[in-house]
Amino acid sequence: MARDTGIGARVKRVEDQRFITGKGRYTADLNRPGQAHAAFVRSPHAHAKVGSIDKASAMEVPGVLAVFTGEDLAADEVGALPCGWAITSKDGSPMVAPGHPCLAQGKVRYVGDPVAVVIGETLSAARGGAEALEVEYEELPAVVDLDAAQSSDAPLVHDEAARNTAFEWELGDKAATEEAFAKARHVTRIDLVNNRLVPNAMEPRAAVGEYDSGTDGFTLYTTSQNPHVARLVMSAFLNIAPEHKLRVIAPDVGGGFGSKIYVYPEETVCVWASSKVDRPVKWTCDRAEAFLSDAHGRDHLTHAELALDEQGKILGLRIKTKANVGGYLNLFASSVPTYLYATLLSGQYDIPAIYAEVDAVYTNTTPVDAYRGAGRPEATFVVERLIEVAARETGMDPAEFRRRNFVTSFPHQTPVIMMYDAGDYAASLDKALELIDYSGFAQRKSQAAREGKLRGIGFSTYIEACGIAPSQAVGSLGAGVGLWESAEVRVNPVGTVEVLTGSHSHGQGHETTFAQLVADRLGIPMTNVAIVHGDTDKVQFGMGTYGSRSGAVGMSAISVALDRVVAKAKKVAAHLLEASEGDIEFKDGQFTVSGTDRSIDWTSVALNAYTAHGFPSADLEPGLKEGAFYDPTNFTFPAGCHICELEIDADTGHTRIVNWVAVDDFGEIINPMIVEGQVHGGIAQGVGQALLEHTVYDESGQLVSGSFMDYTMPRADDLPSFSLDFTVTRCPSNPLGIKGCGEAGAIAAPAAVINAITDAVGHEDVAMPATAEAVWQAIRKSPAREAAE
Amino acid sequence: MYDFNYHRPSSLDEAVTLLGQGEDVKVLAGGHTLLPTMKQRLAAPSDVVDLSRIAALKGIEATEGAVRIGAATSHADVAASGEVRNRIPALAALAARIGDPHVRNRGTLGGSIANNDPNADYPAACLALGATIVTTKREIAADDFFVDMFETALDEDEIVTRVDFPVPRRAGYAKFPNPASRYALVGVFVAEGGDGIRAAVTGAGPCVFRVPEMEAALGHDFSPAALEGIKVDAGGLNADIHASADYRAHLVGVMARRAVEAALEGR
Repeated sequence: MARDTGIGARVKRVEDQRFITGKGRYTADLNRPGQAHAAFVRSPHAHAKVGSIDKASAMEVPGVLAVFTGEDLAADEVGALPCGWAITSKDGSPMVAPGHPCLAQGKVRYVGDPVAVVIGETLSAARGGAEALEVEYEELPAVVDLDAAQSSDAPLVHDEAARNTAFEWELGDKAATEEAFAKARHVTRIDLVNNRLVPNAMEPRAAVGEYDSGTDGFTLYTTSQNPHVARLVMSAFLNIAPEHKLRVIAPDVGGGFGSKIYVYPEETVCVWASSKVDRPVKWTCDRAEAFLSDAHGRDHLTHAELALDEQGKILGLRIKTKANVGGYLNLFASSVPTYLYATLLSGQYDIPAIYAEVDAVYTNTTPVDAYRGAGRPEATFVVERLIEVAARETGMDPAEFRRRNFVTSFPHQTPVIMMYDAGDYAASLDKALELIDYSGFAQRKSQAAREGKLRGIGFSTYIEACGIAPSQAVGSLGAGVGLWESAEVRVNPVGTVEVLTGSHSHGQGHETTFAQLVADRLGIPMTNVAIVHGDTDKVQFGMGTYGSRSGAVGMSAISVALDRVVAKAKKVAAHLLEASEGDIEFKDGQFTVSGTDRSIDWTSVALNAYTAHGFPSADLEPGLKEGAFYDPTNFTFPAGCHICELEIDADTGHTRIVNWVAVDDFGEIINPMIVEGQVHGGIAQGVGQALLEHTVYDESGQLVSGSFMDYTMPRADDLPSFSLDFTVTRCPSNPLGIKGCGEAGAIAAPAAVINAITDAVGHEDVAMPATAEAVWQAIRKSPAREAAE
Repeated sequence: MYDFNYHRPSSLDEAVTLLGQGEDVKVLAGGHTLLPTMKQRLAAPSDVVDLSRIAALKGIEATEGAVRIGAATSHADVAASGEVRNRIPALAALAARIGDPHVRNRGTLGGSIANNDPNADYPAACLALGATIVTTKREIAADDFFVDMFETALDEDEIVTRVDFPVPRRAGYAKFPNPASRYALVGVFVAEGGDGIRAAVTGAGPCVFRVPEMEAALGHDFSPAALEGIKVDAGGLNADIHASADYRAHLVGVMARRAVEAALEGR
């Protein structure tokens, strides 16, 4: 086995050759014969009744083929987009979650809500038709401000959701937590804004729907992180076509970050409309549409409290969060501020009592759902801000305060469902302190002050839960689906291997890491392995990629299937070597009879498995192909320590990150280069949230920050070179010992940045995004101001 | 984007003729404002006249006491020009920080000033250096050229052909970029030239403007310290999601001091 491609090797990403030479095949690159184009008419109002729609006004535009509205969908009994995770309010009532019609049914609830679709011979004709379409609106008062949305005089987004509240949920032991606070020596209280983010994957969404009247079947090419789930939802809830008549293909996909998990109105309408016009229908989102119509992320208001005893030990934590869900409860939106959020409120700490209350609140804004980290960045921001502030208030070193409260023995049952299985939080903290030269910080700070700069340092010792599972457990918490993964390993007669996986790569590098695993286990070159994903006609089923689950769950499924392939191959080898199966050893691509020099190589066994000349078919089936559906025994718990050191220009408030250390424990690592890339990207997104990304709605519900001229994405020159390292505690709940790495950076980073800024300015009143002006304003009321001047 | 007629003349005469023919004719230089606006269907010119193949509009020439820059010269070419870097380093530095590399390779000096975006960098340089804007019809002093937000002294059928920048004794530019667009949230260009000191501010107001108090103070003492205490009134300054008027007013002071520092250091 070549050591340069095995597990642990920094193999360059094999898919990058096609991506960076323009050979990737994205949905927008696909053009089907006879294809027509779709343009969506979107609501210009945040809240309005939709009156008459004059289709003739659009049909007059040359090249327009058809106009469809919500009435047409209703006539075909096309369903509304559902929320797939049932949450029960603390009073026992079910969540109030009216479906999201793919085209408005009488009412629109956010700017950009699709109202109608125009199908044209060309994109220009479709857009011309969409522009010409006359729609009558009766504007209604809009509710935009999350904090005000639950007041009794606020306009209702949905008539059935009183006080605009989808659910009022709780987790934890209220009485025990109250008791903890009653005996506290010190209580830290903070109010936090977790700012709304627009995902902005590099590739905007796109879809091509194609109906084949010969087979009465549909094909949908779409930008999806989980094509099988899209097919399931379209079949089971939307009534597009039964699963065996609907093929969903997600080809190369250029980033998702959660925003491409969901089933969206546009792709649903494209596939449905293809049968109405009997032509393929293509839609490509432009960036302005993406800002309005991709599910947004985060958007919480939280009051949080931490109770301490006289030794600085944490006694209890409680929070009250309002989570903005936008105009509709999106596919997984209910799980994000609940089971993906409050279950992580124990952080890396031994906290005896926790109580969380979360209200999910409708507003006339774009729906909010999972975005890189999904609930866990919000939880980490709450916990790590609380911890930092508590340390400052009690005069303790923030590193020492953390160390004092770390969970140190495993397994550890938190008061909020999670059972942490393995970790060593002090190890990552220690390594990070050393890498950042913590003891030298005071000197660096005074040096910076002499140059008119405010220097600050901030910690984030985060924990997250990945590989969401097992299915039975998530089912008991309200999930509408199982969260296992499937894999199939097909060995060809020449010994090359195709691996079909239900995971979906949209930037993660699966074609490399998955092939590394296969090559390592079978002792064959990586070039002899193909990773197949993203097509419901090829892969039997899959739950897709999100929640950092592809390594821990997707690769584990491959691992189990590989075990089965090897077991079968040993049977073939035993016949060929005329030995008993139990005596066959398989190593580095060779099957050897134990204790002898008799052996046969992988390629010969594969060929013989298919010729079936060397064994009686009555004893052993020909062929070499095995599959697995793998369901883990627990979540995985990646954790680590990020430290951000930054300098603020006291004159302008501009923040420059000068040093970033991340020591993460992701369990076993297949390809450190790819893992580091994930950490880099995650930190960049977390820094974007903390410093730059500002989603602004005006009072009427118009998205003011709706373009890259106004919405600041993080760029290379906003970031330092990161200093990364790892600690490893093996994950006990999957065969590969993997924990997951895709979201860690985005989870850890915001708290580290804000902890550093508040350290620099000397008070806690700094909200995200900490734009230059916000920091400048904070400096003006800062005790540190004089120090710098 | 709506359909339109595309023209790519090879001479200025031809371009001017085309400008007079058609319902709504627009001039295309780097296209950074016009094309996005057309793609969003916010502009629907009947005809677009692309200036990119008119050789006479390109190039940089040093003359006695001035640097002449053709209107269709890209920001990248200005930034890289030895003549500009030697004689007006502040102008080269300004060009080097416009937008990003894509913008600098496509965007042009003439396009920028003819559009007169209130956040663009070049208007500050033109005004502070006392540049002369040469057009197909006449020569216009920078003081008279920038009229108001997105408004210049240009006639409908008039094309900027070049800008003549007098070489200053010293000059400096400091910019606080909008982090999203990289336009100037506030940019201040300070120059000491033949007719004294000029300080021009872009990004802060609806149109580039000079600050006489700063110019007077710098006339007595060309140092950052001379600007201490001089405040620009926030009334009338831009306020949007990127910055309040107060913050912009504050940044004018900070950027002015940094521009003077840059001038003193010859950057």
